[in-house]
Amino acid sequence: MTTVKSVLRGRSELGVGALLFLLGVLVLTDALTLDADVAGRGPVGPGTVPLVVGCGLLVVAVLLTVDVLRGGRGEAEGGEDVDLAEPADWRTVLLLAGVFLAFAVLIGPLGFPIAGALLFWGAAYALGSRHLHRDPLIAAVLSLLTYAVFDQLLGVPLPGGPLMGVI
Amino acid sequence: MDSLTSLIDGFGTALTPINLLWAAIGVLLGTAIGVLPGIGPAMAVALLLPVTYGLEPTGAFIMFAGIYYGAMFGGSTTSILLNTPGESAAVVAAIEGNPMAKSGRGAQALAAAAIGHFAGGMIGTTLLVVLAPTVAALAVDIGAPDYLALMVLAFIAVTSVLGSSRIRGLASLLIGLTIGLVGLDQMTGQQRLTFGSLQLADGIDVVIVAVGLFAIGEALWVAAHLRRAPGEAIPVGRPWLGRDDVKRTWKSWLRGPAIGFPFGAIPAGGAEIPTFLSYVTEKRLSKHKEQFGKGAIEGVAGPESAASASAAGTLVSMLTLGLPTTAVAAVMLAAFQQYGIQPGPLLFEREPELVWGLIASLFVGMVLLLALNLPLAPVWAKLLRIPRPYLYAGILFFAAVGAYAVGGEALDLVVLLVIGLIGLGMRRYGLPVLPAVIGVILGPAAEQQLRRALQISDGSLTGLVNTPFSVTVYAVVLVLLAWPLVRKAARRTDRTTV
Repeated sequence: MTTVKSVLRGRSELGVGALLFLLGVLVLTDALTLDADVAGRGPVGPGTVPLVVGCGLLVVAVLLTVDVLRGGRGEAEGGEDVDLAEPADWRTVLLLAGVFLAFAVLIGPLGFPIAGALLFWGAAYALGSRHLHRDPLIAAVLSLLTYAVFDQLLGVPLPGGPLMGVI
Repeated sequence: MDSLTSLIDGFGTALTPINLLWAAIGVLLGTAIGVLPGIGPAMAVALLLPVTYGLEPTGAFIMFAGIYYGAMFGGSTTSILLNTPGESAAVVAAIEGNPMAKSGRGAQALAAAAIGHFAGGMIGTTLLVVLAPTVAALAVDIGAPDYLALMVLAFIAVTSVLGSSRIRGLASLLIGLTIGLVGLDQMTGQQRLTFGSLQLADGIDVVIVAVGLFAIGEALWVAAHLRRAPGEAIPVGRPWLGRDDVKRTWKSWLRGPAIGFPFGAIPAGGAEIPTFLSYVTEKRLSKHKEQFGKGAIEGVAGPESAASASAAGTLVSMLTLGLPTTAVAAVMLAAFQQYGIQPGPLLFEREPELVWGLIASLFVGMVLLLALNLPLAPVWAKLLRIPRPYLYAGILFFAAVGAYAVGGEALDLVVLLVIGLIGLGMRRYGLPVLPAVIGVILGPAAEQQLRRALQISDGSLTGLVNTPFSVTVYAVVLVLLAWPLVRKAARRTDRTTV
């Protein structure tokens, strides 16, 4: 078993191949379960392209796995604020995803101004900003301003929520 | 002469006070967002898409043109003053620009870049005026098999020219094609990959895919690896150039477009290759070779001019063929689709006011850019000091606004997050993002052309290759595919002869 473990170590990229394979299976299943009666219009039905894409995904999944096992590595992307020397901080990512999901849930009941302010404040907090007064103030101003500009000036409607009902 | 009168009409559209205002706002917003570290032109354009939702198409695209050029210029300001380019096209600007800024010549570097952008943009857009109507006229006669061939070329070029690994590029393209499949089939109304969900039956909006991959994916990826001590930006005064500098750079400004424009028009990854080629050319032709690497002004002027001209070249294939060759063009194509406008050869006939207004406003935007950015450069430089938590929280905030504004659906925000997480994974494992975006945008169109072509030929596969044009394009595709194999074989024979 140790050999299997040592092969797998540091090769989380194999998971990418597995995910692509699963996606391929999903696309193929969906393509094959399409309604055959309607599919008869024209020489190419609605299932043909999904079949091609699904097979492509399977092939690429296998090729990628072979590449990784032979020592190929996908290069992680660099950037202005990216420090690849540090290990990845997945906690921050999870927090951000959570804050974002909370925004999706809250925008209906609370309206954009409040939910948006919470989104900005929460995201800034997750990213390490700890100004107790400045952070919420910036969040509130940014959110209200964005709401006003989009809803009033640019004609892009956003939900006002109970807060706008009061004002 | 036809295009000249159309262009004058276009100026009539672009110079109305309201459109002039949109152009100015676009240039200012584009530069401000593009200057922010970590935001390249594609993300800037994707984030600013919702700003234009309430406008009529002409005003929206005039604003868009300003955003595009502004974001490109903003990006090079960042690389010159911070030496950490956010996108590949600005890498070259940092090679010479940053040493110049470090040795106190930041003002000259910014001026050389700004005037380079202006010169490259002016020449590039002039070429666009001359060439686009001709290309459009030639392209009017091409049919479904030809379109399909062009799209296949775009798919293959984007996966094999860019990035270090073709398999990963192909994987990215297939992910994009899969996302493009979601929804009702255009011809039969069959549900594909919707899993019975009504919201998914409408398909996933291209804007949500673009914002998710470019903005959310990038913000999450940076969050996972946030540099604790961000780079220090070099303070800079008002840009200006001395007489000696102008003498050294004017030829570079003029040479840049000759390299940039043709590369922009073909699907070869936009400004990345031409800026590099321009840099090498300037280095070879310079009388001050010893200064290269230590802050040679020609090394800023030439590549910046090439980058700007390549942006104009990109617009040729985008407007006349509906073929996006860069990430920004892909997002712009998505914006056209929002308005129900299909770029292609007929665009010049059907929407002359829009197209020529857009082209004229490119000229207007360039002038505004030069007039605004030279005096405002110190202000832009201050934006580089924005605390990183606010910057990335702001990106998430505006991405959420954009996705919600598309349809007012909270579910779109969940889809956005999922696509953002895909974008995060792609960055972690070196899958380039651009092929996926191209796949989402061109996938459904390519399928339609394929089915149309096969319907005409009654299902016979020869219907895909029955025009000289499509055969030529497929030949190019084959060359692109075979190129690495040929190189490998050549290397092998080299080794055996040694």
